[in-house]
Amino acid sequence: MLTKSQAKLFFLAGTIIFSVLFLGLSYDTHVNHVANQPYEKTITPAVIAGKHLWEDNNCMGCHTIFGEGAYYAPELTKVIDRRGEGYVKGLLMSPTPWGEHTSGRKMVAYGFSDEDAQNLVEYFKWAGTVDLNGFPAKPKYKIEANK
Amino acid sequence: MGFAHMGMDGLHDFIPFNTARAVHTNLLVCWLLLGFMGSAYYIIPEESQNELFSPKLAYIQLISFLAVGVTAVIAYHLNWWEGRKFLEIPRPLDYLVVVNVLAFLYNILMTLFKGKKQTTTSLVLAMGLLFAALLYLPGMIWFDSQTLDSFYRWYVVHLWVEGVWELIMGGILAFLLIKITGVDREVIEKWLYVIVGLTFLSGILGTGHHYYYIGAPSYWLWIGGIFSALEPLAFLAMALFALNMYRKGEKKHPNKAALNWTLGAAITSFVGAGLLGAAHTLPNVNLYTHGTLVTAMHGHMAFWGAYAMIVLAIIAYAMPNLTGRKLYDNNMTRYAFWLSNIGMIGMTVAFGVAGVAQVYMERILGVDFMETQKEIEPHFLVLVLCATGFTTGVILYIVNFFQHGKPTDEALVSE
Ligand code: HEM
Ligand code: HEM
Ligand SMILES: [Fe+2]
Repeated sequence: MLTKSQAKLFFLAGTIIFSVLFLGLSYDTHVNHVANQPYEKTITPAVIAGKHLWEDNNCMGCHTIFGEGAYYAPELTKVIDRRGEGYVKGLLMSPTPWGEHTSGRKMVAYGFSDEDAQNLVEYFKWAGTVDLNGFPAKPKYKIEANK
Repeated sequence: MGFAHMGMDGLHDFIPFNTARAVHTNLLVCWLLLGFMGSAYYIIPEESQNELFSPKLAYIQLISFLAVGVTAVIAYHLNWWEGRKFLEIPRPLDYLVVVNVLAFLYNILMTLFKGKKQTTTSLVLAMGLLFAALLYLPGMIWFDSQTLDSFYRWYVVHLWVEGVWELIMGGILAFLLIKITGVDREVIEKWLYVIVGLTFLSGILGTGHHYYYIGAPSYWLWIGGIFSALEPLAFLAMALFALNMYRKGEKKHPNKAALNWTLGAAITSFVGAGLLGAAHTLPNVNLYTHGTLVTAMHGHMAFWGAYAMIVLAIIAYAMPNLTGRKLYDNNMTRYAFWLSNIGMIGMTVAFGVAGVAQVYMERILGVDFMETQKEIEPHFLVLVLCATGFTTGVILYIVNFFQHGKPTDEALVSE
């Protein structure tokens, strides 16, 4: 039968081994992999400014990016591909809540300046180039509404 | 927020969804942290047979923690935050939290190591608290890259709930089982080691299940898949352990409310975290469910079962002891337990149905996001109804809590 000290050894050994492995893999991910990706080299000041705006306004409190965030409003990783730059920029600069007349949900009317809106667009464009191992998956079908 | 999901977002102009959401999740986390700290203040002195090092520091720490929490909630309403899921509190407040937690740890560790005994239960609990504090730090680093930002955010979020918090939960669970079932400490603590061993064996590399689709290398697909699929073992062990100890035990302890919450926590955490977590943890499933209401389904029941219930269990155990009023086996405690749990199961089902429908419509059939959301609105009516039942249960628990009144010294002496 397992004794208490064997159980303790199992716990301590497991903790140490797996912590070391995890830190090693984190290092590999960060330094050997991510830092060498092409998209890491295209993070311009505009993209960084966009990321600051993204965080300062907690856009993640409604939307997801890379599938992370909230489930109230659309996933935005590929939003530029889907909607185009002009549409997104217009919505960000809109003085009235977006979505007000189309659905019960609305977006905060941020009324961003041209520069801020452009920075967010750059941030989305950048996000769209990251290699996400196939996320978001392309839907199998394309269903249209029956008019 | 449930109403907002039904398309009735009347409050939007005053409290937009992202504010409501940040308040909701942050209150949860702050409440749980307070619960863990309170548990430690109760358990550590008793286990180490020592008086709390400094009750005064504990009061200061409690009040300042609450002050930071209130400031953060006000800040969210003023659009002041750091919009990273679960780590929304504005940066300057982060530093206050760090100072606060250092004071807490100092107080607890001094009590523990100056005490007569350092039991396994108290060591596991203290280790969980210490590591939880350390893991908060990587979440405070700024990264220009969204990929790295997200990568290290999970050091906090995942390694908390699927790592060190399980130590805290295990420590509290072991303490309660020792007290309630009367089974020998050596047996309980042996299994505690096995459980926390399983936690780290699976949970640390299991972090990989958040690295599938954020721009990290693809080896995380199989590392995360394999190890996170093992994570339910720790929760299964927890449930079997609690049930077996209960069977073995004398079943004489009169505090039925604490017993219900203890066993309930062990079982519900297995369902909510273990089973519902495993349901979407494999990469080929997660590709479709990632960031949908399926995630919300799992998050609710996991947080409730594992952490909220264990905190409610220790409170239900401690209150009668502290106040001397034995209000633990009446209709109110029973309704509180069953209503809140049935309500939570209903909410989980509502989220689950909405989530699965969302996945099929949006991710497989290619229906637009907002149109999909319109179709699944009825499930949010169910959600709100179940949430009402849940809330009623929780209110009954709170009423029962206040009926106990203030702690009395006589009760403590007679303990
Ligand atoms: C500065 C932060 C934000 C940015 C950059 C942003 C960006 C966007 C973009 C690009 C879209 C169009 C997506 C699409 O149609 O595919 C959108 C839609 C939407 N956003 Fe935001 N968003 C932000 C914050 C918020 C917040 C805080 C809320 C909720 C209170 C919100 C709610 C919505 C809703 C409901 C829609 C869908 C509107 C519709 O098409 O019917 N957004 N947002
Ligand atoms: C008590 C323990 C647990 C709690 C409190 C918990 C809670 C949560 C929460 C709140 C999220 C959402 C995170 C976010 O998107 O920012 C999440 C995501 C996730 N959890 Fe857990 N969880 C627990 C245990 C588990 C276990 C044991 C597994 C696997 C067997 C698991 C699998 C997952 C997966 C795969 C996701 C990602 C979902 C997605 O891609 O959107 N969880 N969990
Ligand atoms: Fe996780």
